[in-house]
Amino acid sequence: MTTPMEQGKLPPLLLLHPDDNILVARRDIAAGETVEMDGETFNMPVAIELGHKLARRALAADTRVLKYGAPIGSMKMAVARGEHVHLHNLRSDYLPSTSREGNGH
Amino acid sequence: MNALAMKGFPRRDGRKGIRNVVAVAYLVECAHHVSRLIVQKSGFDDVHLIGFPGCYPNKYSLEMMQRLCTHPNVGAVLLVSLGCEGFNREQLRRTIAASGRPVDLLVIQQSGGTTRTLNAGLEIVRRMRAELAQQTQVPMAFDELIVGTVCGGSDGTSGITANPAVGRCFDWLIDEGSACIFEETGELIGCERIMASRAVTPELGREIEACVDKAANYYRIMGYGSFAPGNAEGGLTTLEEKSMGAYSKSGSSPISGLIKPGDLPPRGGLYLLDVVPDGEPRFGFPNISDNAEIVELIACGSHLILFTTGRGSVVGSAISPVIKVCANPDTYDRMADDMDVNAGRILRGAELDDVGREIFDLVQSVAGGALSKSEALGHQEFILTYKQFEPIGPACLPAA
Repeated sequence: MTTPMEQGKLPPLLLLHPDDNILVARRDIAAGETVEMDGETFNMPVAIELGHKLARRALAADTRVLKYGAPIGSMKMAVARGEHVHLHNLRSDYLPSTSREGNGH
Repeated sequence: MNALAMKGFPRRDGRKGIRNVVAVAYLVECAHHVSRLIVQKSGFDDVHLIGFPGCYPNKYSLEMMQRLCTHPNVGAVLLVSLGCEGFNREQLRRTIAASGRPVDLLVIQQSGGTTRTLNAGLEIVRRMRAELAQQTQVPMAFDELIVGTVCGGSDGTSGITANPAVGRCFDWLIDEGSACIFEETGELIGCERIMASRAVTPELGREIEACVDKAANYYRIMGYGSFAPGNAEGGLTTLEEKSMGAYSKSGSSPISGLIKPGDLPPRGGLYLLDVVPDGEPRFGFPNISDNAEIVELIACGSHLILFTTGRGSVVGSAISPVIKVCANPDTYDRMADDMDVNAGRILRGAELDDVGREIFDLVQSVAGGALSKSEALGHQEFILTYKQFEPIGPACLPAA
């Protein structure tokens, strides 16, 4: 087990595969928090919750998004580096996702 | 005594059961309440309620009930029929009797209603438990063990922590000779080519791709993929993203076969279970909730189930123990009483192999009689609905 101090040193963003163009939050990250991204310090534009994704670099519309090195969908619109990548800007290349309000698309 | 020593009740077909359950099975919803009363009033945790709600006959449900009632974890069965339903209760009774298990049948319309059937049922269950108490367990080896895995309430942590940790455990179990089953082809949409490349023959690989295509088509007609609002709240965006995370439960062993509900793995190895019905969509969603998948894994002989969850599922199952592997450390902190393993600690610096080893050890101790958390809490969920399947093709189980 790690101590809380060691936990604090763990980078808050996970790169799951070198080819990925998104990163995953290892814990809740606040807007304005300074994090390390690809060796550079970066000021988070938005809050990101544990398990959610953000853009590792600026992504154009229709860019294939890679996670685990595998395609997980395409961008519906362009996003800047560090932006939250989720239902509002990423679509499935297979079947639409569902929400409690009905079909996600 | 070794806490990890697995032991089982030997059955006539050569399999061994890690539990010795008395199953009380209703054969139509109209017999559900009486069956539930028998289970509740018997007052024993090893008397489990299973059943099928429909009044119309269905080949799949009969085959599933035959598999479930002759599952190695089941020692004896009490069937409860209303009397006028379409279920082939005599064939089910014959199958159970031929397996060497004590079996009895109560028909409510003949027994004289709720109270008389309840009293007769309680007496039968008492007698069956006394008979099972005479049976003794023998040591059980890894090559006699079948383990299934399912995920439920997945989130953005599932594919990073709990699922790959179960994958490690699967790799080690398969190295020891166990059969391991992963499933929900509809939740593996997007992984078809990677899975096909792991098949032991190219022909099996083509069968795997075809069965994922079938799943994608089926869900497209249903209008939804297998993707719940909670998946998105936990950070997952697309079906194929969820699939990639779910896929990591399979570990890295070659895929030895593609089976359908009720098919038993012929030997050790990794098997993919095709749970999506064949033919035109007819009875609705392939699996209406996680327990429908768990029941099918059990019908394929799974002695126990490794259930990974990010959002926090609490379910267990009738017949086979469910071990909960929690992917999300925040969920674990909130729901620790329901969780057997805190795989989310990987996000806080723990090693994947160490969590995999904890799951591997827990499989052995639960197979040796230790209760999983959901078992100890009395979770015995069960659901079986209408489906239709064609038999698997000849390429699905290549010779060893």
